[in-house]
Amino acid sequence: MTLLSVKNLRAYYRTEVYGISRTVQAVDGVSFDLLPNEIYGVAGESSCGKTTLIKVISGNTKPPLKVLEGSVNYNFNDYKVDMLHISQDELRQNVRWKEISYVMQGSMSVLNPVRKVIETFRDIVDTHERITDKKKFLEQTRAHVNRLGLPTDVLNAYPHQLSGGMRQRVAIALATVFQPALIIADEPTTALDVVVQRGVLQMIREIQTTSGNTVLLVTHDMAVHANVADRVMIMYAGRIAEEAPTETIFDAPLHPYTQHLIHSLPMIGEKSTKASLKGAPPNLADPPGGCRFHPRCPYVMDVCRTKVPDLISVKERHRVACHLVEEGAL
Amino acid sequence: MSTNGKLLDVQHVTVEFHIGGLVGGTLLTAVNDASFSLESDKPEIFTLAGESGSGKTTLSRLLLRDLEPTKGKVLFEGRDLSTIRKRSEFTEFIKKVQPVFQNPFETFNPLRRVEAYLLDTAINFGMASNRRDAAEVVDNALRNVGLSLDEVRQRYPHELSGGQIQRVSVARALISKPRLILADEPVSMVDASLRMEIVNLFQKLRDEQQVSVIYITHDLATAYYISDRIAIMLRGYIVESGPVEDVLDRPAHPYTQLLKESVPEPTPKQRESWAKHIALGATEVKEYGRIGCKFAGRCPQVMDICRKADPPDVQVGRQTVKCYLYSGHGENAAAGSQS
Ligand SMILES: Nc1ncnc2c1ncn2[C@@H]1O[C@H](COP(=O)(O)OP(=O)(O)OP(=O)(O)O)[C@@H](O)[C@H]1O
Ligand SMILES: Nc1ncnc2c1ncn2[C@@H]1O[C@H](COP(=O)(O)OP(=O)(O)OP(=O)(O)O)[C@@H](O)[C@H]1O
Ligand code: SF4
Ligand code: SF4
Ligand SMILES: [Mg+2]
Ligand SMILES: [Mg+2]
Repeated sequence: MTLLSVKNLRAYYRTEVYGISRTVQAVDGVSFDLLPNEIYGVAGESSCGKTTLIKVISGNTKPPLKVLEGSVNYNFNDYKVDMLHISQDELRQNVRWKEISYVMQGSMSVLNPVRKVIETFRDIVDTHERITDKKKFLEQTRAHVNRLGLPTDVLNAYPHQLSGGMRQRVAIALATVFQPALIIADEPTTALDVVVQRGVLQMIREIQTTSGNTVLLVTHDMAVHANVADRVMIMYAGRIAEEAPTETIFDAPLHPYTQHLIHSLPMIGEKSTKASLKGAPPNLADPPGGCRFHPRCPYVMDVCRTKVPDLISVKERHRVACHLVEEGAL
Repeated sequence: MSTNGKLLDVQHVTVEFHIGGLVGGTLLTAVNDASFSLESDKPEIFTLAGESGSGKTTLSRLLLRDLEPTKGKVLFEGRDLSTIRKRSEFTEFIKKVQPVFQNPFETFNPLRRVEAYLLDTAINFGMASNRRDAAEVVDNALRNVGLSLDEVRQRYPHELSGGQIQRVSVARALISKPRLILADEPVSMVDASLRMEIVNLFQKLRDEQQVSVIYITHDLATAYYISDRIAIMLRGYIVESGPVEDVLDRPAHPYTQLLKESVPEPTPKQRESWAKHIALGATEVKEYGRIGCKFAGRCPQVMDICRKADPPDVQVGRQTVKCYLYSGHGENAAAGSQS
């Protein structure tokens, strides 16, 4: 069974300013599945389309973002949702927070700065299940927050009184009130120190283990994926370059971009220069033809410049999009 | 006291914030008696790392004269920043000290095109006299960070990805050709490869253009890689400082030790030990308000004395460490006899 099946998704930003139109091909032919009960990591360099991808699959597509092609289908224990055709009402009533929670990038913002944390909990719970018994709501919220290892006095604090790490953990606590089948977290720890980051990620892992839901964790930080994810997707310029179990991504990556990514990671104790990729990151308003990595790839061949490589299963659960693989050179 | 030969001299600065709303209101000492300096003829990269919410951004606001210290003073090229009053003096000063702000989404006005903002910056600082020259200045700055004017043309901030906007804000800081760059988390939103590019750029600015950089970051790996010295902050205090190799290879303060141990290794092999449960500080106000060492509530080596008064700064090799373990209290307290 799959929780989510994304097929051949194409989502572009189309803008018109003073007659100049621009199309940013942010997600371009992406297919993947999410399974129940896994932590699935999405990695890739800045602006490769990670946030755009999750905007679409979480039902947050708004102009100028537009889905051109593909499908996004969920199966929540036999409640089936076609995300590209669902009504806004149904999305709000039955899906958001209840089945899918989305902790947004730079999102201390779910927390209203002028209201106490408990009020934000109340707002969210109230839209789904009218709160009739205030005492019971308070008790349940306290219990929920406690279960996640947070002190209950955070509920009476204003967001600015909490540390960044605590705020982020409160955002995750909010996201898990209804025990959703899928929690999407976009860069949940990038602004935090590593001790706090460790605490936040431990919390995400614990929630996942105890409630058996699925977590989609987006971050460019490969070290986070190494320590948290079960499977990892590597995106490059709006497309999937490689997807494999975490160990495989780190120990036996096949795509030249993944290989570069793994080998360029800096570590404490190292002063030597790490090779960075030649050339600039691709401009998605005018991406390179063929394999989008070709202008920067050390193994580029003629075919790479003209033909888009297919995403091929090389092994069970290991997919790669590279002509070297298609030709059997890897 | 002499400030000769110093580019920047931070002398015992303290910043207190009044925070209302809480019972009776409280004083929060966001920066507590911090001192350090940068030499004028020896450009360097100085890293400020440490806890989220430990006062790093507040300290950097002092250096930009965006905030006045409650106590202590900051001198830039020998001049006390509190004596800068006239607007023209401030402009001259800020041309030489340029910030890269922490939250790039807040740096840019959401209703203005990024390009217009950059071109104005070039013109306002007198780096170009007309828009055409300004375009060249801006394009050069953008190319330093792997972008180009063409790529950002006509775009509003929300039309750029997190990493792109971050690079644009580094480029903006380069426009006035500053002597000191205050970079507050300039790489938090970019991937490893771009991260290396940006920090390599800082190195290049230091080596080729004698620019000093105060690099505020949570990324200890790049800090190790580029910086000369590092200071670790915890709840308003600099708890450990020294040459980056000494501090990160052999951290002396228990907090620095925890910090280093928490850096996730980029390999799945350490998963289990990294997942070992750690205690986190609760609300900031609580730990800030604590008497004695702010780390006492979480420190595995806490002693009685730690909860009684601020620990002293102790010289350990080339490191300065604010901790009783190194001031001769270690054994005494372990025997439980210290008062
Ligand atoms: N509202 C928008 N209008 C036009 N283009 C956009 C918009 N939002 C994003 N883009 C562009 O779409 C591309 C993908 O952006 P996205 O935010 O998905 O990247 P990302 O992988 O999440 O990057 P990061 O790691 O930096 O957050 C980028 O080129 C970006 O400039
Ligand atoms: N204007 C203000 N009024 C009241 N408190 C403030 C103000 N600015 C900062 N603080 C508080 O001072 C402390 C230090 O904040 P600061 O932003 O300097 O930390 P930081 O080290 O930069 O953290 P981070 O790593 O999360 O960016 C925090 O507790 C913060 O909430
Ligand atoms: S398809 Fe060609 S250019 Fe693309 S990654 Fe493979 S070898 Fe490199
Ligand atoms: S002073 Fe005491 S509590 Fe603070 S770090 Fe040192 S040993 Fe730990
Ligand atoms: Mg993003
Ligand atoms: Mg800060």
